[in-house]
Amino acid sequence: MKQHFLMKKRLSFLGFLLVLVGIACAAMTMTQFSIANSFSSIPKAMIWGCSNFYPTADSFTNFPDIMLKLQETLLISIASASVAAIFAFVFALLGSQVTKINNTLAAFSRFIANVFRNIDVSIWALVLLFSFGQSSLTGYFALFVASFGFLTRAFMETIDEVGSGAIEALRATGAHRFSIIFQAVLPMSMSQLISWVLFMIETNIRAATLVGILTGSGIGFIFDLYYKRMDYHSASLVVLAIVVSILVIEQISNYVRRAML
Amino acid sequence: MTTLLQFKKVSKQYGSSTVALSDVNFSVNEGELVSIIGPSGAGKSTLLRCINRLIDATSGEIIFDGMDVLSIGRRNLKKLRTKIGMIFQNYNLVERLSVFENVLHGRLGYKTALVGALGFYHEEEKARALEILKSLGLEEQIYKRCDQLSGGQKQRVGIARALVQEPRVLLADEPIASLDPSSSKVIMDHLKNICETFGITVLVNLHQLDVALNYSDRIIGISSGRVVFDGMPSALTHDAIRQIYGSDPDGLNLNVERPKEVAQKR
Ligand SMILES: Nc1ncnc2c1ncn2[C@@H]1O[C@H](COP(=O)(O)OP(=O)(O)OP(=O)(O)O)[C@@H](O)[C@H]1O
Ligand SMILES: [Mg+2]
Repeated sequence: MKQHFLMKKRLSFLGFLLVLVGIACAAMTMTQFSIANSFSSIPKAMIWGCSNFYPTADSFTNFPDIMLKLQETLLISIASASVAAIFAFVFALLGSQVTKINNTLAAFSRFIANVFRNIDVSIWALVLLFSFGQSSLTGYFALFVASFGFLTRAFMETIDEVGSGAIEALRATGAHRFSIIFQAVLPMSMSQLISWVLFMIETNIRAATLVGILTGSGIGFIFDLYYKRMDYHSASLVVLAIVVSILVIEQISNYVRRAML
Repeated sequence: MTTLLQFKKVSKQYGSSTVALSDVNFSVNEGELVSIIGPSGAGKSTLLRCINRLIDATSGEIIFDGMDVLSIGRRNLKKLRTKIGMIFQNYNLVERLSVFENVLHGRLGYKTALVGALGFYHEEEKARALEILKSLGLEEQIYKRCDQLSGGQKQRVGIARALVQEPRVLLADEPIASLDPSSSKVIMDHLKNICETFGITVLVNLHQLDVALNYSDRIIGISSGRVVFDGMPSALTHDAIRQIYGSDPDGLNLNVERPKEVAQKR
């Protein structure tokens, strides 16, 4: 009986694997993507990369410019994530099952969060380009809107998960809604919420590069500039700067997370 | 003896089909310790929560301390809730906060939104909280975070939080269901003591029939949302038990010894 049960599980896993491989094959034939070709082009790309895509002493004359843009990008990423977090917290409180005021508002807030979350940040950047033109403000708004959608959803789930027990207990004492939020909901979910904001800042820095290319601002813009000028050495310096800053930010946020627990 | 709480034809329906309470009538006198017993899903939790309007009854009338509970407005509801302390099976504490902060939460009902949100408490309130913590044997845990406490200690913090409210009645929803026998005894002794020394009325939902028989002045038995027994512990016959739980007391494996003190009482 038990053997049979385990066998069935194994078979269904195998079936799932087969379906996956099938889909991959179908997709490859449809798009005429060839594994052999793509693998054989890897060495060529590597050779090109090694012979062109590295910073030279010359490109370091651009270093101050790059740092300036990098700073702009970091600030925009952090600002958009933190301001979005405040709005997201309010919407999460309205949308969470345990703190909602009524069902209509909860559904509305969930709807808004889903709309904002399911549209990619690059789409937001393109849409906002029409109203704000090419500026860092556009980049900021694009990141803000995307962060808001994601954080609302994440916060909502966090608040749902911390549970309704203490909230019910404080309701029973006659406490006002705001007292409950600040005395129970926030203390219970704070470290999780901060963790999400840190994650959002990291995500935003990665996304800021792409958004920058689209909106002509920040580190993405300067990368695009050097790349189009075929100044690959400077472009590679930009990439290096991005990688280093992401690693540093990750270290910082890991440290903050550990300190909070 | 004055009547503190009265249920008149109270019914509660969840959605369109689940009837949790139907036509419930009973009354509770000031200073009584009343146990509510009944099988899982009988409607015990629903009944308790109708009293402080954590759940709104569908129909009927609930009179608490002369107030018509079901028709009062927001402001009076807040006032009503300050008079009703509640403790829970899962303690429902804010685990990341200290014992002291959790106990002070019991005062939030007396505060405006802003003062409550900022967590400002008077010196008298803090002094009272300390006093209560001491009387419950928690003086050494005051500054500990609640997630570091044992279940029995957490439940005592829950009791302390309810007591700083200065309530007229204490509602306890299965306060000992997650505790071992000796912690259970400590908690039940405290409840009994609160009832006797402060004259606070206690309503307690219980799954343990022996505990109900040992501690209560009166037992209310409910089954499928109806009150099927309402009387003194000594009046709880095998027949009554069968009616409440729907099966034979011997088959239930319940420890139904009659302690002498209960039999002698009244
Ligand atoms: N929020 C709810 N929505 C719908 N039905 C509910 C809800 N809460 C309780 N019920 C139903 O109402 C009935 C009574 O539930 P209640 O929790 O009051 O029982 P109980 O006597 O406290 O049970 P237990 O001993 O298991 O705690 C059950 O049939 C339950 O399924
Ligand atoms: Mg219950």
